[in-house]
Amino acid sequence: MAILVIAEHDGSALKSGTLNAITAATQIGADVTVLVAADSSAAVAAEAAKVSGVARVLAADAPHYGQPTAENVAALVLSVAGDYSHVLAPATNFGKNFMPRVAARLDVAQISEISAVVSPDTFVRPIYAGNALATVQSKDAIKVITVRATAFEPAAAGGSAPIEALAAVADSGHSAVTGRNLTKSERPELAAARVIVSGGRGMGNGENFKLLEALADKLGAAVGASRAAVDAGFVPNDYQVGQTGKVVAPELYVAVGISGAIQHLAGMKDSKVIVAINKDAEAPIFQVADYGLVADLFQAVPELTAELG
Amino acid sequence: MKVLVAVKRVVDYNVKVRVKADGTGVDIANVKMSMNPFDEIGVEEAIRLKEAGTCTEIVVVSLGALQCQETLRSALAMGADRAILVETDVELQPLAVAKLLKAVIDREQPTLAILGKQAIDDDANQTGQMLAALLDWPQATFASKLTISGERAEVIREIDGGLETLSIGLPAVITTDLRLNEPRYVTLPNIMKAKKKPLEVLKPDALGVDPTPRLTTLKVEEPPKRQAGVKVADVKELVAKLKGEAKII
Repeated sequence: MAILVIAEHDGSALKSGTLNAITAATQIGADVTVLVAADSSAAVAAEAAKVSGVARVLAADAPHYGQPTAENVAALVLSVAGDYSHVLAPATNFGKNFMPRVAARLDVAQISEISAVVSPDTFVRPIYAGNALATVQSKDAIKVITVRATAFEPAAAGGSAPIEALAAVADSGHSAVTGRNLTKSERPELAAARVIVSGGRGMGNGENFKLLEALADKLGAAVGASRAAVDAGFVPNDYQVGQTGKVVAPELYVAVGISGAIQHLAGMKDSKVIVAINKDAEAPIFQVADYGLVADLFQAVPELTAELG
Repeated sequence: MKVLVAVKRVVDYNVKVRVKADGTGVDIANVKMSMNPFDEIGVEEAIRLKEAGTCTEIVVVSLGALQCQETLRSALAMGADRAILVETDVELQPLAVAKLLKAVIDREQPTLAILGKQAIDDDANQTGQMLAALLDWPQATFASKLTISGERAEVIREIDGGLETLSIGLPAVITTDLRLNEPRYVTLPNIMKAKKKPLEVLKPDALGVDPTPRLTTLKVEEPPKRQAGVKVADVKELVAKLKGEAKII
């Protein structure tokens, strides 16, 4: 059984989801290859080679892998997919974008966002916003799988795999990335943060998120939001935690002014410790919170920030 | 240009589903069903393209049981022109849906296919990408802004950590994200009008597609329940608990 993991990276370092996907791969079998496609892959490939459990790194360099399109990544993966029994990628917007193209071209099902490996052909995946867990079996020759990062520990360092060059596939020319506008932040990324402070509709407006930012800075936390806060235009969509946003599982999740809709709980209920601050004592968020504080957030949050000083 | 929008009938997003006691699935008998919210955004986007004069005809397509006609009627009431139901009682998985949609697209020849980024029942997030691959069309997933100019589309996409602008050639597949638009409510006169709009029913056989599922669901279970914790009296107690009991800060 040979397993291929497609690395997600920012051009200079692996993104954390790749390490979780490698762990899932090692639970399927021992022969794990990591594919790094980049404008210039040397640094990322070297990092991938040092990850424990990785047997081999394939590195493909081409200008069109600098800001890759789904078409181009899928074509590259398809150029080698026939050598593998499993193809894995993190279930991030990166992985979700190209992996179904790979599956469709191989004429196999994709198994989306697995949360556990039962056996090499059987996996657990959440459905209905995590309100149910389905165990599914695939009889397809190649299993195309995306991995829910929070369900697997990140693979540790400690490997020394050989790096082989892989020929790039020509640019499809179908589409081109003409711009990227990444939110610049000194704070950690949501997906990788140890602590997350999230705000909901109760924040009232975008300006009030400054209260959460101050608290987040004290805790070294990332700032998130519920779908209600995104829909109301308080913060950008990439803040969104939930079924339709990001699924996170930090050590500490502080939900502020969030009622706890099913769709939000789906994105954070696997957090280790949940704190809820809400003035409505009946809010569903308190049913999943380890520590609930019924209070006006506009008093409680600054007080909490000061207390941590 | 013609725009095709795929719509799925799913359990309404406000319903908390229950897992069946025998572990074979979730209980959807007598549960409120609605159009998948992301598909509703897709229908709305097509209507806006038509209102702007870019689109000339909107064809909505649904796949599944006969009851999907209700979903199609909702899309027609929003403003779509014509509907197609690919009717089958077979459990449809994303690859089969993509193949069936490709067959419909080969017949209809739209310039743009709009799909929701994911359905809120199986949460697969696959069909649009699979359809684009099968058609060998470019794709722009997780769209939050769509601008058509001539033979190309410029799409602003939601990516991890921000936004990406993609320029794609047409025809293409777009999948919708939340911020693309806010779907309109349907009015009673439009619901009445929608009843007279054409709705064609096809069978997978007629499209030459074998929709047999590839994945077998062995069991469906409840996730482990999280226990509610304690209420704290004030911020001081909260900080004490986080430091002492949880040892997290």
